[in-house]
Amino acid sequence: MSHASLTPRRSSLRGATLPKWFPWAVAAASVALGLAVSAAAGLQSSIQWALIAAVCFVGGNYGVSARVEGRRQAKDRVATSLVWVAFLLAVIPLASLIWETLKRGVKVLDGYFLSHSMGVVSDTEPGGGIYHALIGTLEQVGLATLFSVPVGVLTAIYLVEYGRGRLAKAVTFFVDVMTGIPSIVAGLFILSLWVLILDMGPSGIAGSFALSILMIPVVVRSTEEMLKLVPNELREASLALGVPKWRTILKVVLPTSLGGITTGVMLAIARITGETAPVLLLVWGTNFINTNPLSGPQASLPMYIYLQYANSGGEGAAYDRAWAAALTLIAFIMILNLAARAIARWKAPR
Amino acid sequence: MAKRIDVSGLNAYYGSFLAIEDISMAVEPHSVTAFIGPSGCGKSTFLRTLNRMHEVTPGGRVEGKVMLDDENLYGAGIDPVAVRREVGMVFQRPNPFPTMSVYDNVAAGLRLNGSHRKAALDDIVEKSLRGANLWNEVKDRLNKPGSGLSGGQQQRLCIARAIAVEPDVLLMDEPCSALDPISTLAIEDLIGELKERFTIVIVTHNMQQAARVSDRTAFFNLAAVGRPGKLIEIDDTERIFSNPSVQATEDYISGRFG
Repeated sequence: MSHASLTPRRSSLRGATLPKWFPWAVAAASVALGLAVSAAAGLQSSIQWALIAAVCFVGGNYGVSARVEGRRQAKDRVATSLVWVAFLLAVIPLASLIWETLKRGVKVLDGYFLSHSMGVVSDTEPGGGIYHALIGTLEQVGLATLFSVPVGVLTAIYLVEYGRGRLAKAVTFFVDVMTGIPSIVAGLFILSLWVLILDMGPSGIAGSFALSILMIPVVVRSTEEMLKLVPNELREASLALGVPKWRTILKVVLPTSLGGITTGVMLAIARITGETAPVLLLVWGTNFINTNPLSGPQASLPMYIYLQYANSGGEGAAYDRAWAAALTLIAFIMILNLAARAIARWKAPR
Repeated sequence: MAKRIDVSGLNAYYGSFLAIEDISMAVEPHSVTAFIGPSGCGKSTFLRTLNRMHEVTPGGRVEGKVMLDDENLYGAGIDPVAVRREVGMVFQRPNPFPTMSVYDNVAAGLRLNGSHRKAALDDIVEKSLRGANLWNEVKDRLNKPGSGLSGGQQQRLCIARAIAVEPDVLLMDEPCSALDPISTLAIEDLIGELKERFTIVIVTHNMQQAARVSDRTAFFNLAAVGRPGKLIEIDDTERIFSNPSVQATEDYISGRFG
């Protein structure tokens, strides 16, 4: 290779490039500068130095890159650094929320806490647990899922596979409207129908009805999108084999999109698990274990958190229990999400 | 059991748009008939009217008669699902079911139409895969996903799937257009073998292919974009490619067009 030893000529295709560590160096310098400026000016808030650092990071990337690499690369670096800043902005609250909940929640979270109710424990006393609330949440969310998933999935199948014309448009419109219903309104609706008109008392199942109203549109939307992703060629291949349409949907379309549908359902469950307002109106809450969702007030996790916090005055045993229950709720939803991902990966078309 | 197809006065619409107009032709049993013509002239639409797949497209509708032996596919009380069991179809792009294994793909047509005994199913799957010249390549991985095969193998898998339900007629919509020359050759050889058992209709853009595989060739054309496609002529392949009776056919075949 004779020309390998030649000194590189100036090429129109090759420009000066900054080293790979350059953005990291700029980031470190920006943070240092932000801290220095805050210290010098006596700024107290960490938001202030972080803002200074972010501006320096974006500006520094642009300034140096524009001088060395040229304007196009400089713009590219500005876009990249803005994306990073936005990413950090989004992640910091999340990380801090999880950290705070973990820190405060682990104090009383143990086997005893998960397996005992608040039956004979007053708010200021230590001890007690969330067993009754766990049971309530699991039953209410389970029932709501049982009601919503068939309705939601079948609606989505109608919209994608059969729906033409006016009815389908109307269904789509009302699903959109339902997506926007505030949870308290869903609760009030069931309250007026179930409790005031039909004269039934508070119960877990009344809460599940309200939760279903919130869950159905989410399930319809996500399932609809997943069914639309199934290539039309697969439907035609099946129809051309002389398979009836309903069997094609059942045996070809649904299995192909099962992973996505499951993920959508899990996300919908996660959304309703944290609902407080309808539960407050319809299930009331109790300190005792009630395993029967058909009659009598039940507890649930979000309401447990609310009640414990409201009665704690910001410290003491009830305060710790509120955080521990919040941690349990986050863990429950996270486990659901992980399960959804596992199912999606397991069922994904290979 | 190959059957004869007799089409008369067939119009096909997409909504209010007339896509193909007044087509009449006969397709003999145990023969290969090729449809050639420029893009958009309605070859595929016409092919899809032969197993009532045209009406699957929203707005698709058909007028006229398609006789399969002595039964009109568009007659009163005819079940399109039953028609599609007798007239199978292979598509342009290989489309094995992604959630199913090689075995399940071939068995799909039978399984989805009702239960079958495992032993009988094994026999049919092997016979169909042998029929599609794919058995030797996949016999060790029948339980692997069908979408893991190469493009040419996938297309032969789709042919195996189509012939597993023992149709009378096999429609092929540009089955080789997404394949390399070697896979194309494999499928062309296969078509030659399959015509012993089925009546075959194939749409192709490749005129050498039409000349190689078909007994009869039909030339479709359209007067202008937006006008309906029409059948210009149908004749023995040899005659179409050597001495067609219509000038437009000769122009198209020799490349003097437009």
